[in-house]
Amino acid sequence: MTLTTSPARSSAIPSNVAGSDASLRGFLHGLPGVDQVGAEARAASLATRSIKTEAKRWAIDTAISMIDLTTLEGQDTAGKVKSLCAKAIRPDPTDASCPRVAAICVYPDLVATAKAHLGDSGVKVASVATNFPSGRAAMPVKLADVRTAVADGADEIDMVIDRGAFLSGHYLQVYDEIVQVKAACGDAHLKVILETGELATYDNVRRASWLAMLAGGDFIKTSTGKVSPAATLPVTLVMLEAVRDFRETTGRQVGVKPAGGIRTTKDAVRNLVLVNETVGDDWLSPDWFRIGASSLLNDLLLQRHKMATGHYDGPDYVTID
Amino acid sequence: MTSKLFDYAPAPESRAIVDIRASYGLFIGGEFVDPIDGEPFKTINPASEEVLAEVSDAGQADVDRAVAAARTAFTQTWSRMPGRERAKYLFRIARIIQERARELAILESLDNGKPIKESRDVDLPLVAAHFFYYAGWADKLKYSGYGETPIGVAAQVIPWNFPLLMLSWKIAPALACGNTVVLKPAETTPLTALAFAEICQQAELPPGVVNIVTGAGNTGRMLVEHHYVDKIAFTGSTEVGKAIARSVAGTKKRLTLELGGKAANIVFDDAPIDQAIEGIVSGIFFNQGHVCCAGSRLLVQESVADDVLERLRRRMSTLRLGDPLDKNTDIGAINSAAQLQKIRELSQIGEDEGAQRWSAECALPDRGYWFPPTVFTGVTQAHRIAREEIFGPVLSVLTFRTPDEAIEKANNTPYGLSAGVWTDKGSRILSMANRLRAGVVWANTFNKFDPTSPFGGYKESGFGREGGRHGLEGYLR
Amino acid sequence: MSETGSDVGESTRLSVRKTYKLFIGGAFPRSESGRSYVVNDASGNFLANAALASRKDVRDAVVAARAAVKKWSGATAYNRGQVLYRVAEMLEGRREQFIAEVAASEGVSASVAESSTDAAIDRWVWYAGWSDKIAQVVGSSNPVAGPFFDFSLPEPTGVVAIIAPQNSSLLGLVSVISPVIATGNTVVVIASEQRPLPAVTLTEVLATSDLPGGVVNVLTGKVSELAPWLASHLDVNGIDLSCAPPEQAVDLERAAAENLKRVLKPDHASEPDWNADPGLARLTAFLETKTVWHPIGV
Repeated sequence: MTLTTSPARSSAIPSNVAGSDASLRGFLHGLPGVDQVGAEARAASLATRSIKTEAKRWAIDTAISMIDLTTLEGQDTAGKVKSLCAKAIRPDPTDASCPRVAAICVYPDLVATAKAHLGDSGVKVASVATNFPSGRAAMPVKLADVRTAVADGADEIDMVIDRGAFLSGHYLQVYDEIVQVKAACGDAHLKVILETGELATYDNVRRASWLAMLAGGDFIKTSTGKVSPAATLPVTLVMLEAVRDFRETTGRQVGVKPAGGIRTTKDAVRNLVLVNETVGDDWLSPDWFRIGASSLLNDLLLQRHKMATGHYDGPDYVTID
Repeated sequence: MTSKLFDYAPAPESRAIVDIRASYGLFIGGEFVDPIDGEPFKTINPASEEVLAEVSDAGQADVDRAVAAARTAFTQTWSRMPGRERAKYLFRIARIIQERARELAILESLDNGKPIKESRDVDLPLVAAHFFYYAGWADKLKYSGYGETPIGVAAQVIPWNFPLLMLSWKIAPALACGNTVVLKPAETTPLTALAFAEICQQAELPPGVVNIVTGAGNTGRMLVEHHYVDKIAFTGSTEVGKAIARSVAGTKKRLTLELGGKAANIVFDDAPIDQAIEGIVSGIFFNQGHVCCAGSRLLVQESVADDVLERLRRRMSTLRLGDPLDKNTDIGAINSAAQLQKIRELSQIGEDEGAQRWSAECALPDRGYWFPPTVFTGVTQAHRIAREEIFGPVLSVLTFRTPDEAIEKANNTPYGLSAGVWTDKGSRILSMANRLRAGVVWANTFNKFDPTSPFGGYKESGFGREGGRHGLEGYLR
Repeated sequence: MSETGSDVGESTRLSVRKTYKLFIGGAFPRSESGRSYVVNDASGNFLANAALASRKDVRDAVVAARAAVKKWSGATAYNRGQVLYRVAEMLEGRREQFIAEVAASEGVSASVAESSTDAAIDRWVWYAGWSDKIAQVVGSSNPVAGPFFDFSLPEPTGVVAIIAPQNSSLLGLVSVISPVIATGNTVVVIASEQRPLPAVTLTEVLATSDLPGGVVNVLTGKVSELAPWLASHLDVNGIDLSCAPPEQAVDLERAAAENLKRVLKPDHASEPDWNADPGLARLTAFLETKTVWHPIGV
């Protein structure tokens, strides 16, 4: 079922919207506000959906196929990445029916290693870039970060916006940076990390989402995972509403990736329910919805085992990566 | 509406923990007794038309002895008991309700037709909270501002839309203030009141403090007209409310009424739009629209009307209608064949009068009473569906241009129970709240209830308040 | 002494005696000073060794109380009422234990101990029920002479220090603690110096009642050693001196003035009649009033 029905209303966005801070501000601040209590109540209400049996099986497999399996630690090594890649391709060595994940997500200097180990498995390589996670560096440095990752074979780039610029109202600067990064991506897809935990209000999340989409992002992503709170259900809800409205207005579809804090099957299923009831089937695939996670995969596998065998498993029965 | 990809499988709540007897007597003087001159009648599950139990229709002699039991308990036990002891009985009742909450929620959904998600997450927590709140007033009446003396025996007649919640709104304050009660639940939803009677026994409430007489309209009439009743509290239709008001003329009986409504839900062009849509949906489709304070008239600012309606229709298409005991059901059954008939009639009138009708696509089950969420656009104040309470999942949409016009249209009704205002501008919220002739104004939210928050209407929506400190007034001298 | 002590007759089973520790941040530490002192019953017989708290324990207790303020004052009034009602349930469960401890500590008969224990439980229930009502009684909407919506709300002041009554070891104790926390404050209590054991047993009740750690902190020891540190502490917002020993009270009140603590003044008469109707004073003593204005217009 599709939840966006109108033809594109591209006239709703003035062509010079990105001409200045003032015009961006006029547009972004003219978007409808978000009532915090109402948004949180809607997310909480959707979290009470009871997903069982066949629906749960589907949701688990879909969630696995949407995972960007992530390692972003100072102590990452080639060995760690190799082991993560193996897990990504074959999450459950005991069950070949288990889907592979969508992508591996690593720091730029490990892209080549990841690429080598993933081969033609179909698992993509996503690289964080632009001086992740803080984004605090000169623009040439951030762009060089992107280019090396792309040159090494990254299929996707997860950039961070300049939150300092956003919070001080320099919307044009944020916009320009995204445009430049998108250009440096070449054929790689661009995910724009908003770092919603630092944006603090849902109004800001809505505005930053639109800003990222106007600037050409292919995906909007909640968080770096290094700041708490990360991907809460209400934040993801607001972002899904934004991509829905953006497609209504421009005809262009943008993906959503919640990342950070999604640890259990329950969390993952709740996210899928949000997608289902906010934007519908068109976003229910790894092309348009990703989940940035690391320990989530094992919890999904444990639940998958339980659905197959009827009893609860333990950590000894899933592999560590 | 079903998704092609993500189809939620059935998620039924089990009925196993509910024990419904084949038949119930009346609860008088602390015991279940056979009726003297009443006939049995059946109560059914409106989602399936299955008979749930047989219940007694109390006749005059039954009403007489229930009132007598309440009077005896009042003079000999309850009004003499120190407030702190009354408080502890009410705390016990509140606790037992919490302990049995799941069972009561399932029973409520079976008898009423409302989704288990609502009875579990909204009705039952409020029921327990109501008893907790008023328990705490029982020993603090000197701070109430309304005196400390109870009135006597209260006759309480409640409707079928929130059976146990309406019971708690009536019984908790009455008992806290030292009154005793005879309560008549609605004819189509007696079961949770009868379960409540058991809870009174479990709490060891002194006999006669609470009496439950089941029956239909006639039983209610006999009860409110009874000579030895000192106070009447009625929630139901405006028509019956007026009849009761006539009947107490010349008597010393105190009266509070909570009647119908035709609330305006006003959406301005700067409303937080996604939450406003949720508020509209919750306003009229929550509890299948069987809500006296339902936001049954959407007043949308003309400049955003098309956008709001499109978003509304899209949102309505994700509402799930079906088995009330399925945890994913949003819209349950209409409570009775009679009510379904009324909703159909008024909807037909809406079409006949020229409004445009749209319903969400829903597969309606073959058995039971069902009505899909429906919106009428192109409605004006002159339409009957803008004036008459439909008490079903039917929304009438009107437009306005300015705040003044919104106020005029919102107030242009004999009713005055509630209203909603959606705008991001604080001063406008307060200006609208000031000028709306309604007992409850919800700003950027809707259908929110709390035991601390007084609820009641202006004009023909009734008088008196339930909830909060103000809710004590009706039960004290 | 203890509830399972061997008494008359040939019981050969030795009881397992309770250790009486401090209650800070939801845990039961000994005093950081490692000290204890002897607590006797009213006849001078040994009851127990209680922890002898030090100024560092006071410091730790205030830190714990401050850390607990946000969550406790941010909880809904309903939630606080539920937690306090649960405390009353736990008190009721230990009724016999309290009766024995009060009788021994105060040197009163079992029946007097029984009625004061029952009154203490009922007093706690009374205050539990105030949590979601006090705002309706002391708050207001103010009809200002202009197009403004104007309302006044009570808010908890923060961390409150309490010097518990010296004589009434349970009823008086409960009467000074429960009104202060019902409204969202957190407290550091100095228990009765000579009769501290019911206070410690009370903390065991609190620890099993869903009360978040740090909302109530109880120190046993010398009032003259501990109270000045609380009275002068700049991160304490209020202090109940109504039961302070008269010879210390004035100095404490002076010290409290340093950060203008809200002071419940010393009452130089003997302890109040704890059976009397407490009124609202102990609820309102540690409440601020916040008044908010907002224009009314389109």
